[in-house]
Amino acid sequence: MKLLRIVPDDTKFDFMRFRRISFPISALLSIIAISLYFFHGLNFGIDFRGGTLMEVQSKAGDADLAKMRATLGGLGLGEVQLQQFGTPRDVLIRLAEQPGGDAAQQAAVQKVRTALGQDVEYRRVEVVGPRVSGELLSYGVVGLMLAIFAILIYLWFRFEWQFALGAMIANVHDIVLTIGFMSITQVDFDLTSIAALLTILGYSLNDTVVIYDRIREMLRRYKKMSMPDLLNASVNQTLSRSVITHLTVSLALLALLLFGGHAIHSFTATMMFGVVLVGTYTSVFIAAPILIYLGVGTGRDALSAAPERDAKP
Amino acid sequence: MLYFTRWKALAVILTAVVVCLFAVPNFFPKEMVERWPKWAQRHVVLGLDLQGGSHILLEVDAAAVRREKLEALRDDVRRVLRDARIGYTGLAVRGNSVEVRIREGANSQQASQKLQELSQPLGGILGASGQRTVDIATDGDLVRLTMTDPAIIERVRQAVEQSIQIIERRVNELGTVEPLIQRQGVDRVLVQVPGLQDPSRLKELLGKTAKLDFRLVDQTTTPEQVQAQGNRPPPESEILFAPQKQGRQPYLIEKRVMVSGGELTDAQPGFDQRSSEPIVSFRFNTAGARKFAQTTQENVGKPFAIVLDNEVISAPVIREPILGGSGQISGSFTVEGANDLAILLRAGALPAPLTIIEERTVGPGLGQDSIEKGKLSSYVGAAMVIVFMFATYGLFGLFANIAVAINVAMIFGVLSLLNATLTLPGIAGIVLTVGIAVDSNVLIYERIREEVRAGRTPINAIDAGFSRALATILDSNITTFIAAAVLFYIGTGPVRGFAVTLGIGILTTVFTAFTLTRLIVAYWVRWRRPQRVPI
Repeated sequence: MKLLRIVPDDTKFDFMRFRRISFPISALLSIIAISLYFFHGLNFGIDFRGGTLMEVQSKAGDADLAKMRATLGGLGLGEVQLQQFGTPRDVLIRLAEQPGGDAAQQAAVQKVRTALGQDVEYRRVEVVGPRVSGELLSYGVVGLMLAIFAILIYLWFRFEWQFALGAMIANVHDIVLTIGFMSITQVDFDLTSIAALLTILGYSLNDTVVIYDRIREMLRRYKKMSMPDLLNASVNQTLSRSVITHLTVSLALLALLLFGGHAIHSFTATMMFGVVLVGTYTSVFIAAPILIYLGVGTGRDALSAAPERDAKP
Repeated sequence: MLYFTRWKALAVILTAVVVCLFAVPNFFPKEMVERWPKWAQRHVVLGLDLQGGSHILLEVDAAAVRREKLEALRDDVRRVLRDARIGYTGLAVRGNSVEVRIREGANSQQASQKLQELSQPLGGILGASGQRTVDIATDGDLVRLTMTDPAIIERVRQAVEQSIQIIERRVNELGTVEPLIQRQGVDRVLVQVPGLQDPSRLKELLGKTAKLDFRLVDQTTTPEQVQAQGNRPPPESEILFAPQKQGRQPYLIEKRVMVSGGELTDAQPGFDQRSSEPIVSFRFNTAGARKFAQTTQENVGKPFAIVLDNEVISAPVIREPILGGSGQISGSFTVEGANDLAILLRAGALPAPLTIIEERTVGPGLGQDSIEKGKLSSYVGAAMVIVFMFATYGLFGLFANIAVAINVAMIFGVLSLLNATLTLPGIAGIVLTVGIAVDSNVLIYERIREEVRAGRTPINAIDAGFSRALATILDSNITTFIAAAVLFYIGTGPVRGFAVTLGIGILTTVFTAFTLTRLIVAYWVRWRRPQRVPI
């Protein structure tokens, strides 16, 4: 049987030279993402902002959005957002947090239920009070920091500190770009998004670690190879694995994206962006070449390769 | 790397088979599994987002606990000073303290000594902290009694404990399956009730304090008169209203509680024999019956108020002494209202009001849809990955697919063993694990390809491929595991479900990569003695 070869056996791409393009591009994209975050903002969901979210399905025929908007607008609940969600029968209702503490949120839900009556099925109701939303946000942020810190410590133990730092820079870059993506698409930023970010962090590091493992092995084996050549060789040797693995992960994510339903749609879309697009690019074009600047293997060069360096222009 | 002793091989296979077997109960109907031995019944619990249900987070009103505690302290101060015949003025709750002025001529030294008995060591006699429930300070003739913070916290803790018991009784009356009631932090209670169509009734039951009092109606003046004269009721009385649906009629009610709801032993819904209106009939314990008999004997012909959560449900006139210790409440109830009140009275009053601070409810329709979508996407995802792996690695791809299939079965086994909760994001975690699990095989196989190119013999190449790749697999999976662990720690509900399947998936992936895949390949090598590696 003829087997599929996506990446030919002996690739010799000069990934390191590309760093002169990839670093400025990444820097620029990161700046864009950060400014997006500050000027365009994230679409905070009720987990972090408090308020009410109701998913209702019309019992007979398509939902009449205009009529619902008129009914709910007259309740005096502040801004009421209505959105078609999935099929034409499904509507997502969002209420901003009501002034007056936790009891006021429950009262608002009751008002909506009374107003819409028995014409709709209540498929999902989520109410997050002001104190809980504050706590969830700080948990989310602290959790993300904690994860980054814990992974940094782990990498520091397993590799030299330059690797740990390189991986960190690369992966903070992933997180920043993904947040930029979330800002552009304005997907609901909620607890699930934190889950997506953490998963992206985990997998993107997974990828970086595989390449770093190979670099470390090469450093031990080829004491005289120049750093860019060594990095190039490492990335090229692991290229086939990177591509195949990302294809399988993409296939799995694609299935979730197409058939997983809208409940996890933004979760998988974010993951697709973070893991597949950004994660792969980062490990190859950022995480590996940055080691040159962090001074990996410089001590080794000085020990053994002074004449060789002269020989190469 | 390719050599397994017979025992080792057996141990690996046995582990995998046993773990997979734990998943078996999930595939049989519930009624059937219930007849199996207890240890074999462990199964995956569907999360609220899949089976539908309500997640409600309640908070005990700590301020109310503090207020009540201070009012009790004030009443104690009054009692102590009266018993000791010490004159006082200006007894009141101010901020966090109770203040009282000792009248001139009385010995304020003696007063503060007497009041000292209200302050107990915290944590009983054995409490070694040296802290007391009340700090007492004197400033001339002013005595200030302050509740200490540890005393308040202790009281809130007790209030939460009591609330949990009462909530349990109330929720169990709803007849739902496997409700979960759990303390969260210091002052919160989590209630999860699966399979509830409409949580309104549950919330109604949880939101009521159900503090029932029997009190006398103050007839020295009328509520209308009090309201007309600037709303200043007599000091020992207060104005309370009938519930909204009865028209909020005002009543002037004495503050003194004649019999409290805590003395009820039973409450049942029923119908009045004459008017066939829904009622709640109740029965007192011995002490309550005695108090009730005495009160009704002394007040024949006067109205008597039944007060629930500071609302006057009814205020009938006592026609004759009630000596039997039982009676009935009628208050224009609906059948369901009478039923709920009976539940609340049986379960007892909450020590403090509860507020709903978070609610997440998923209807059964959406849950069913999510299950269908989860299934479909898993099958499609798995199928695509299997085909792709087979196309890329042929026979070895088949080995990888077998390993991944066992991997997924093992995830379900471990989930069952832990009685873990499976949520929709949890299913996504499993699908993702399928993608990641093949990564370990990809790492191994790519390494083998490299070793072949480096000129090793097939068996050598396979051996070296495994030993070199396994270190990398371990390193790369630990980072993801750290992320999953943090997520488990900070997440709630569905997100935690994702962390659980992701974490377990990583463990089973590492296990299968290190043992099963190796074992399969080792047996194949021993059987075929390959001249070339077929990848």
